[in-house]
Amino acid sequence: MLDILASIVPTVLFFSAPLILTALGGVFSERSGVINIGLEGLMVIGAFVGIVFNLTFADVFGGLTPWISILVAMIAGALFSSIHAIASVSFRADQTVSGVAINMLALGVGVYLTKVWYEKGQTDMVAEPFNSQNIPVLSEIPIIGPIFFQGVYVTSYVAIIIAFIAWFVLYKTAFGLRLRAVGEHPMAADTNGINVYKMRYIAVILSGALGGLGGSVFALTIVSNFSHATIVGQGFMSLAAVIFGKWHPLGAMGAALFFGFAQSLSIVSSGIPVLEDIPQVFLLIAPYVLTILALAGFIGRADAPRANGIPYIKGSR
Amino acid sequence: MRQVIQVTSNNRLFGILVPIISVLLGLIVGAIIMVISGHNPIEGYIALWNGAFYDAFTIGETIRRITPLILTGLAIAFAFRTGLFNIGAEGQVIVGWLAAVWIGLVVDAPMIIHLPLAVLAGALAGGLWGFIPGLLKAKLGVHEVIVTIMMNYIAMFVSNEIVRSVLTDHNTSTEKIAATASLGSEWLQALTFYSRLHYGILIALFAAVVMWFIIDRTTVGYELKAVGFNRHASKYAGMNVSKNIILSMVISGAFAGLAGVMEGLGTYGNVSVISGFTNLGFDGIAVALLGANNPLGVILAAILFGVLKEGAGEMPSAGVPTELVDIIIAIIIFFVASSYIIRWALTRFKKEGK
Repeated sequence: MLDILASIVPTVLFFSAPLILTALGGVFSERSGVINIGLEGLMVIGAFVGIVFNLTFADVFGGLTPWISILVAMIAGALFSSIHAIASVSFRADQTVSGVAINMLALGVGVYLTKVWYEKGQTDMVAEPFNSQNIPVLSEIPIIGPIFFQGVYVTSYVAIIIAFIAWFVLYKTAFGLRLRAVGEHPMAADTNGINVYKMRYIAVILSGALGGLGGSVFALTIVSNFSHATIVGQGFMSLAAVIFGKWHPLGAMGAALFFGFAQSLSIVSSGIPVLEDIPQVFLLIAPYVLTILALAGFIGRADAPRANGIPYIKGSR
Repeated sequence: MRQVIQVTSNNRLFGILVPIISVLLGLIVGAIIMVISGHNPIEGYIALWNGAFYDAFTIGETIRRITPLILTGLAIAFAFRTGLFNIGAEGQVIVGWLAAVWIGLVVDAPMIIHLPLAVLAGALAGGLWGFIPGLLKAKLGVHEVIVTIMMNYIAMFVSNEIVRSVLTDHNTSTEKIAATASLGSEWLQALTFYSRLHYGILIALFAAVVMWFIIDRTTVGYELKAVGFNRHASKYAGMNVSKNIILSMVISGAFAGLAGVMEGLGTYGNVSVISGFTNLGFDGIAVALLGANNPLGVILAAILFGVLKEGAGEMPSAGVPTELVDIIIAIIIFFVASSYIIRWALTRFKKEGK
């Protein structure tokens, strides 16, 4: 039993980390009332920038390279998502359409530049990816140590810590209250002197930063290079986690962990007696089917923020 | 959604100007990107033109490329008209493709029965894939965007599993369909130096006529549009809103399913395990938006995007990666979606002129 847990838990954490980070981005954006279908594209940009930075500067920064890479990817994601912010907040574009365009643009730009810079469809493998490690002290604890802290990626814990920070920011600070108010009833928020446009810009840009972070963590832990097939659906799965987690940061984290679990099952299930017999396809579609069921109210009701998807036009009723 | 509908209902001049300006801006941005990345944009665009229109063969391939885009464009435009965003055309394409090929493989019948049966199966499968989100929207108020996205992935994984375990013995693609179920046309192929052009283009054009007829000439279409404009008023007027939402998604799904049929029975003649989406569904969103959700507009927009996509294949000869076209299409979508700002600029421009 202990062996099985010690093999599953690190794998789950490994697969979940990028989903958690990106889903948190989705939570910020949607809580402020801007639908973000573009999470997938933001992950693509994050993965692309993370890998390119890592390849270019591995010699300069040595062991610190992956950390600096994900920071740079975060900034790139934030910049990229400002396109979505401008289109959907200022230009009143349909947010879903703008998100779809973000996805197309991100993949187009990423692969285009890869071909221009590397003269082939994919980059080389990075020299400095994140590696799994035993966390000092904590990994010595009996039982808990081997399950949670041996052979894990530090980024997994970074993701979980950020989820708690996101929860604190959204629910325990004035900023968070304003952000949620803007997403529920922008006119009331405006009347109270909150700048709806500014809050939405901040939220969308935050979602870009977190999406970029998620994408770069995915690239630097799981695949180690960039091509058109690096990010395939992880962004949409994160979006599913946002909804399955009922637009709550910790809920989204839980959902992302669960989806990570479902993903890891399709990989490690061969070693686990009960799961061996379940055809893989059921594990693959589980996250999506569960999200539909959750939305349909079969697993508790999932209600979106009231003003989600509606551009705010000052002075209109 | 409101924006999308505005595009169709507002002033006719703006309705035509916005897409044209968006396309021009997209092409200009594309040229700027080529310059920045050290390519000659004129050579790039000439290569694109040659890639689409060089000879009979490339023209045949371009028409083949346009065919499914017309259908996914119609699918999304149809749903938009009822105020629904069918982002799930992608999944509906996949199931339509699978179902059509399935019938093409297992049924043994003369062409006059076999081909229509296979085409119908694809449309039905797509319709079914649209029915589920339609039902959830109508009865439980679940937002169709999220459900259709999830349905896309379910379609992909289920289709892959069926190809691997049911239609073949763990292979990555099926056998070719029987000749009696094929849309292939020796006449069209001979006309175009043996491109993969097939009779599907006729189905696609016919589908556009069907959409125009349903929307503009029938009571059903009137109700669908009414529900799109104002759900509550339609209910008050005695229309069955739930039924109309479901019907719209089913018809939309059937169009998308037909796009899959084009690929399954026309272009490829089989179905394969896929690792990512066909993108026909997502490109359909661009087609519908640019075509202002009207059948003729959809055909024109599908021609434009089909030409861009097919022509892109030749761009590497000028050193330009094919992805440039994806960037251009994304930018066109941004501009069309942000038509508010183009309108605003045009109005300003007019006022200044006076």
